[in-house]
Amino acid sequence: MQGPVLGIESSCDETGVAVYDPAAGLLAHALHSQVDLHAVYGGVVPELASRDHVRRLLPLLDRVLGEAGLSRDQLGGVAYTAGPGLVGALLVGASVARALAWGAGLPCLGIHHMEAHLLAPMLEPDPPRPPFVALLVSGGHTLLVHVADIGRYTVLGETLDDAIGEAFDKTAKILGLGYPGGPALAALAEQGDPGRFRFPRPMTDRPGLDFSFSGIKTFALNTYRAAGPGAAADIARAFEEAVVDTLVIKSRRALRQTAARALVVAGGVSANRRLRAALRALGETLEVAVHFPRPAFCTDNGAMVALAGAIRLGAGEAEPDLRIRVRARWPLSELRPPGR
Amino acid sequence: MAAILGIDTATEACTTGLWMDGEVRVRHAVTPRGHADRVLADCQALLAEAGLSLRDLDALAVGRGPGSFTGVRIGVGVAQGLAYAAGLRVIPVSTLAVIAQAVAEHAPARWIAVAIDARMEEVYWGVYRRDADGLVRPAGAERVCAPRAVSIPDEVGACVGAGSGWDTHGVALQARLQGRLREMEPGALPHAAALLRLAAAARERGEGVSPAEAHPVYLRDRVTHTGGSGG
Ligand SMILES: Nc1ncnc2c1ncn2[C@@H]1O[C@H](COP(=O)(O)OP(=O)(O)OP(=O)(O)O)[C@@H](O)[C@H]1O
Ligand SMILES: [Mg+2]
Repeated sequence: MQGPVLGIESSCDETGVAVYDPAAGLLAHALHSQVDLHAVYGGVVPELASRDHVRRLLPLLDRVLGEAGLSRDQLGGVAYTAGPGLVGALLVGASVARALAWGAGLPCLGIHHMEAHLLAPMLEPDPPRPPFVALLVSGGHTLLVHVADIGRYTVLGETLDDAIGEAFDKTAKILGLGYPGGPALAALAEQGDPGRFRFPRPMTDRPGLDFSFSGIKTFALNTYRAAGPGAAADIARAFEEAVVDTLVIKSRRALRQTAARALVVAGGVSANRRLRAALRALGETLEVAVHFPRPAFCTDNGAMVALAGAIRLGAGEAEPDLRIRVRARWPLSELRPPGR
Repeated sequence: MAAILGIDTATEACTTGLWMDGEVRVRHAVTPRGHADRVLADCQALLAEAGLSLRDLDALAVGRGPGSFTGVRIGVGVAQGLAYAAGLRVIPVSTLAVIAQAVAEHAPARWIAVAIDARMEEVYWGVYRRDADGLVRPAGAERVCAPRAVSIPDEVGACVGAGSGWDTHGVALQARLQGRLREMEPGALPHAAALLRLAAAARERGEGVSPAEAHPVYLRDRVTHTGGSGG
């Protein structure tokens, strides 16, 4: 494959399109967030998400090609998120991408959404080089992964119940904040008194790298019931400090265990400022490089998919037939190095 | 020469076809699932057999629904992608009209009342008239509603009931037609030949939209509190 790669993301509630050139880097990207569409329901409504993707995708594509100054004929390949995610939403991106690629005579590849998140810091200057430890913190996942190389992933730990982003969102809901609650909770926490409440740091007192966040959420609920709405900011602060602490403790453990010299943090929750600061401090203490995507590429976006596509299509991978396939579940550990 | 590729994946039928000046080749499979697995391969086979490439086409026709929500989006998404790649216009056609046209080719009556089972005790409903040119045209607007609430224009005479809604709700629908029902074809499905006949006529009238304007029509817009997925 030669030339810029089109990336299409539609696994959940953001429609993302981007073009990444293996030589020149990211050429253009555009995103439509459906947050307002789902906000009134307090969570993503899958059918509404799918309906929105199919309306937004081509206008975004037009915009991205326009910004990149490219015509359809100048693309070298097409990549799309094939899972994990909402099947109906994934199918929209997959159908358009597969048809577009075949129609234009381009190689096409389905990308693993979490691999795309994990590679997102490579869109930044001073990109990380494997081996490293990746902390993936998003709406649906909380993973610590050892990345021996691109495509060689060992899951070191994961959540046993709620994902971290889910815990942020549910706790925000308890505190009466809108959806998605993560950013709102983080903002409220800034006004909170850090000393008033102390929340548990789940599963930090025993060995292992798994997480559990449903207990913190329940703790927040009970505290809120006892202390009342006036305590919302203090609860937000205590919640945020507890989860950040937990993530730092487990990341330190993972770095020690693997002797990795770099930590990559990605996924929507990696936009959290307190988490970024705490992990940077951890990196300084351990003399380990810490890499984040820019905040816009922490949450779902097309750029990370285009990048992952450029790497894998560039190694000669492509879908072997014309079947349009997506996967709701897809363990990261099933992936292989590019081209193999 | 006018060449049109047509796709309808809104129902159990994954039906694709190639129109070349009235000559039609079709790939038609009835499977509840698997549309995503075969639709592109079928398009490829149709073009290869005819020795055409996508860029030789004049338009792309798509069954824009109503039907299974996911099925409709697979068809529209594929049509969008193909049309975008080849710089083609898209001709969206009602899936209800496609069923009516498929039945009209052999029906013993002028009027076709199409009902697709929409689950949740509702049907997607549309009434069509077969005109002298052999093409069906809508009589009244299509809608989703309870079988006992379907609307039938006064002008409607002897009619054929077509589509899966007649299987599930035949009795209630028949009652609404008050003796005008001549025959039932509950197994009637969209067929690419019918889609392409309607699309070719629409193209001659100058109809068609850009790929980005090719949108699904679900009819059912109440999807949040009801839990209805429509498949
Ligand atoms: N500043 C922030 N602080 C805390 N949480 C945040 C912040 N910004 C975003 N989030 C959370 O990030 C999550 C969204 O991240 P992302 O878009 O990566 O998840 P997703 O794509 O829905 O899930 P997945 O990638 O696991 O399929 C939401 O739960 C949101 O509340
Ligand atoms: Mg994500």
